[in-house]
Amino acid sequence: MSDQHYELHGQAEVAPGDEAEVSIGQRLLGYVTGLGLAILLTATSFFVAGTDLVWQPSIPVAIIVLAIAQMGVHLVFFLHITTGADNTNNVLALAFGLLIVLLVIGGSLWIMANLNHNMMPMDQLMQMQR
Amino acid sequence: MSGGATAYVAHDPRRAHGMERSIAHAGPASKRIVTGYGFWIFLLSDMVMFSCFFASYAVLRGQTAGGPSGAQLFDLKNVAVETGCLLLSSFTCGLASIAADVRNKALFQLAMAITCVLGLAFLSIEGREFAGLVARGAGPSRSAFLSAFFTLVGCHGVHVSAGILWLLTMMAQVFAKGFRADIQRRFLCFALFWHALDIIWVAVFSVVYLLGSAA
Repeated sequence: MSDQHYELHGQAEVAPGDEAEVSIGQRLLGYVTGLGLAILLTATSFFVAGTDLVWQPSIPVAIIVLAIAQMGVHLVFFLHITTGADNTNNVLALAFGLLIVLLVIGGSLWIMANLNHNMMPMDQLMQMQR
Repeated sequence: MSGGATAYVAHDPRRAHGMERSIAHAGPASKRIVTGYGFWIFLLSDMVMFSCFFASYAVLRGQTAGGPSGAQLFDLKNVAVETGCLLLSSFTCGLASIAADVRNKALFQLAMAITCVLGLAFLSIEGREFAGLVARGAGPSRSAFLSAFFTLVGCHGVHVSAGILWLLTMMAQVFAKGFRADIQRRFLCFALFWHALDIIWVAVFSVVYLLGSAA
């Protein structure tokens, strides 16, 4: 955003999904870059999932890392949630959403794994009920 | 928003040099920013809802009750085609955003029509996959794993269906009313929604399909 525009509108924010003042060519280039990166990451994910070339236990980690990277690409190039000064409110909302998502998923997995670990084996449980 | 915007302007580093703090009150943010921000909050809450479905799927992944597991059921070629459809539709939706901003009706309708076709292709592939699973006796009632699978992936499919209805509404509104400011705001929200669905699909194909067939 140019300073002049900034002063004229007196606004320090953009709506999520909107980009700061850029030309059509640059916007198009942004979408093309996003699509290219997304296809690259997707193709890598699918390749990693089906290959014998990499160390097998690393595959799930690789898939998750690639997925997170691709979500970042989508956020930046398609939703235009960037680290720019005019985007702070949108990023903070995203950060809070992310916190809740991580708590829900991480917490559920942790608690359920713990309960599972502490549960009596099923055959013993059946005997106690007899 | 208005209070936040004012406070924010006062703290902006660009204001510290060059310009004096002449504009102490920037006033409330424009309606486009308020609408977009509100819809962004809704999308984040939608993602929180999806995270619950993801959590239940992750917990129930191994509970197949003697039934088929993901590795036996999933066809990755199908998933790759579905992913391609959604990715391209996200791109054409971006083209429609540009067309809306330069107020080119023909380009807008074309980009939206392509987005719609790609979305419908995604839905039909997913529908066929679901019908095939049910026909093989691997419906949602077979095991906890399949219940969680159908809930999670089905919920995303329902969102895509709703998105296509919204897309058609937007095409009709732009056709009938042109690029009025309120229509532009609705389209901004639609574009956000459509791109957010793509983000959720990235999580779905990675966690459900790729991890499911790798393990």
